[in-house]
Amino acid sequence: MKQLKRLLKASFRSILKNRMRSLLTSLGIIIGVSAVIVMVGVGEGSQKRIAQEISALGDNMIIVFPSFSQRGGVSRGAGSFNRFTMDDVEAIREEARLVRHVSAVVMSGGQIIANGNNWNTQIQGVDPDFKFIRIWKLASGDFFTERDNRSRKKVAVLGHTVAENLFGTMDPVGQKIRIRNTPFKVIGVLEKKGQDARGQDQDDIILAPSTTVLNRLKGDRFINMINASATSLEEIEKAQNEISQILRRQHKIEYGEDDDFFVANQTAITEMASETSRIMTMLLGAVAAVSLIVGGIGIMNIMLVSVTERTREIGIRMSVGARGSDILIQFLLEAVVLSLSGGIIGILLSAGIALILNTWTDIYAVLKPVIVIASFTFSGAVGVFFGFYPARKAARLNPIDALRYE
Amino acid sequence: MMMKPVIEIKDIRKTYHVGEIDVHALRGVDMKVGAGEFLAIMGASGSGKSTLMNLIGCLDEPTSGQYFLDGIDVSDLSKNAYADIRNQKIGFVFQGFNLLPRTTALENVELPLFYDRTHRIRDPGSAATEALERVGLADRMDHVPNQLSGGQQQRVAIARALVNRPSILLADEPTGNLDSRTSVEVMSVFQELNAQGITILIVTHEQDISRYTRRIVTMRDGHIMSDEAVKKRLDAKTVLDTIKDENG
Ligand SMILES: Nc1ncnc2c1ncn2[C@@H]1O[C@H](COP(=O)(O)OP(=O)(O)OP(=O)(O)O)[C@@H](O)[C@H]1O
Ligand SMILES: [Mg+2]
Repeated sequence: MKQLKRLLKASFRSILKNRMRSLLTSLGIIIGVSAVIVMVGVGEGSQKRIAQEISALGDNMIIVFPSFSQRGGVSRGAGSFNRFTMDDVEAIREEARLVRHVSAVVMSGGQIIANGNNWNTQIQGVDPDFKFIRIWKLASGDFFTERDNRSRKKVAVLGHTVAENLFGTMDPVGQKIRIRNTPFKVIGVLEKKGQDARGQDQDDIILAPSTTVLNRLKGDRFINMINASATSLEEIEKAQNEISQILRRQHKIEYGEDDDFFVANQTAITEMASETSRIMTMLLGAVAAVSLIVGGIGIMNIMLVSVTERTREIGIRMSVGARGSDILIQFLLEAVVLSLSGGIIGILLSAGIALILNTWTDIYAVLKPVIVIASFTFSGAVGVFFGFYPARKAARLNPIDALRYE
Repeated sequence: MMMKPVIEIKDIRKTYHVGEIDVHALRGVDMKVGAGEFLAIMGASGSGKSTLMNLIGCLDEPTSGQYFLDGIDVSDLSKNAYADIRNQKIGFVFQGFNLLPRTTALENVELPLFYDRTHRIRDPGSAATEALERVGLADRMDHVPNQLSGGQQQRVAIARALVNRPSILLADEPTGNLDSRTSVEVMSVFQELNAQGITILIVTHEQDISRYTRRIVTMRDGHIMSDEAVKKRLDAKTVLDTIKDENG
């Protein structure tokens, strides 16, 4: 024990005597360790963000898209895409017991003029349930009601970005806007949601009653998609089945024929995204781990040079009684101390990088203690592994040959 | 004069293999050295002096023959046992000093204690200080080798050889890199140590230097040629005083 303490002291001394060389040696480990921690941290961070977004979207949300279908081998043409009508939505609302909320989604867009400003944005015609499905809260005013919807009232709820661009700091509630020349009354402003996982602004949107958008803006009877929410997360697949059954009946699809729609749930979609990002994390981590190994080879290289350079020193130590094992431990300790201090510096560096990323950029990095501990341990292992060969080479020298070495 | 032999060598041979050629550095050497002797090994270059010295110092192993150290046969010991003998029984001084660079005199002298597994010396710091005082370098303890003169460096090396209280001090051309005055100073240290009972063997080329010892062994071509007592022994202290008088 006492001997180990002395040897440790000796290896520290030798490292400090060659500051520059030690720093350069450790650099590989420093970069490797901090790369592993930061890479994995960034991956973890984006996964965490996606998870937060799932719950922000509503985790038991169901989305129904129309899909291209062939009946009896005959394509029904391009028009068959847009096959949902308000009747389908009503049927789901009436019959599906495991569906709590359901809303048509009618997409439109165009130029908005208000308050002397104009703005181009997306207009979604939805039902009042939509705000529960997508968990929209109101910053001011109210959402439209079932009655507004039935009477095709020309009312609109503005997303935060739209409100800001048209009205600045002024409260838009009660103001008139013109959507493609049709006058609408603003009855509410949505709370800010920010960007989604793809970096799109979720607040650049206007919500209006679905019937109003269908009749007054589009002059059409087909809706683009249906959003719904299950009564609970556990029942989500059963709810999806219910919706399928109802739509097949509504669309008179015979047994054995394919659906002309596609039912998915938000959780599954986002899980796919999160799986992708998990694989990315692993890939990044693996690349970083390779750099850690390269760092280890750097240590071996320097240690080998150091053995040659210090052959005389080894000879001197042996001539005054050092055993081969003493020399082995000394060189091994030096390698381990070098790589572990590289590890510590790497951890500090990665903490600094994470802090900078989190405060100054949109990239979000989380430092996982498991990864920190693992990469520290790994750097120690790298020291032992790559230090062993040069150390053994030093230990096997014959004292008189080592002393004669020029 | 000869008490019980500290070193006893019987028919020692050493052959180096360089490529296809065998170099017979020692061709059967017998020698006995008693406790408290002061011996000079002389001879032409390549006659095998250093080879013999390294074998006695357990830095190298003979090709054949027997070597008794303190009455114990050490010819077939393990590498670790050799390391322990170097640490405990032998102090070695080299022509090129062989001090650790960028390491203070004190730390250099402490080095053998670092590898002392028996821990017979309780306080390495004060033992090293004491050894440096014995060679007259108490005021240079914190100097690193390149801040010391050649003679001072050699005295640090002697202090290092002494610090483990060995019974034998071996020195291969200890004055080879020193001027004549400094050489006499080093010999004066050796004479003092010998007077305190330490057995000393030195290798030297210089006739003058050998006259400070008590016995001269001369080698040629791996054999011992002659072995005789020193007739007109010089006293280093007196010689130093004379030099001082001449200069001052
Ligand atoms: N490691 C070695 N490999 C091969 N030959 C060697 C080796 N060491 C010594 N020799 C040879 O052994 C012989 C004796 O060498 P040694 O060094 O003992 O001589 P020496 O008497 O000390 O000479 P010098 O006075 O020049 O120091 C020489 O011929 C030398 O070339
Ligand atoms: Mg020699």
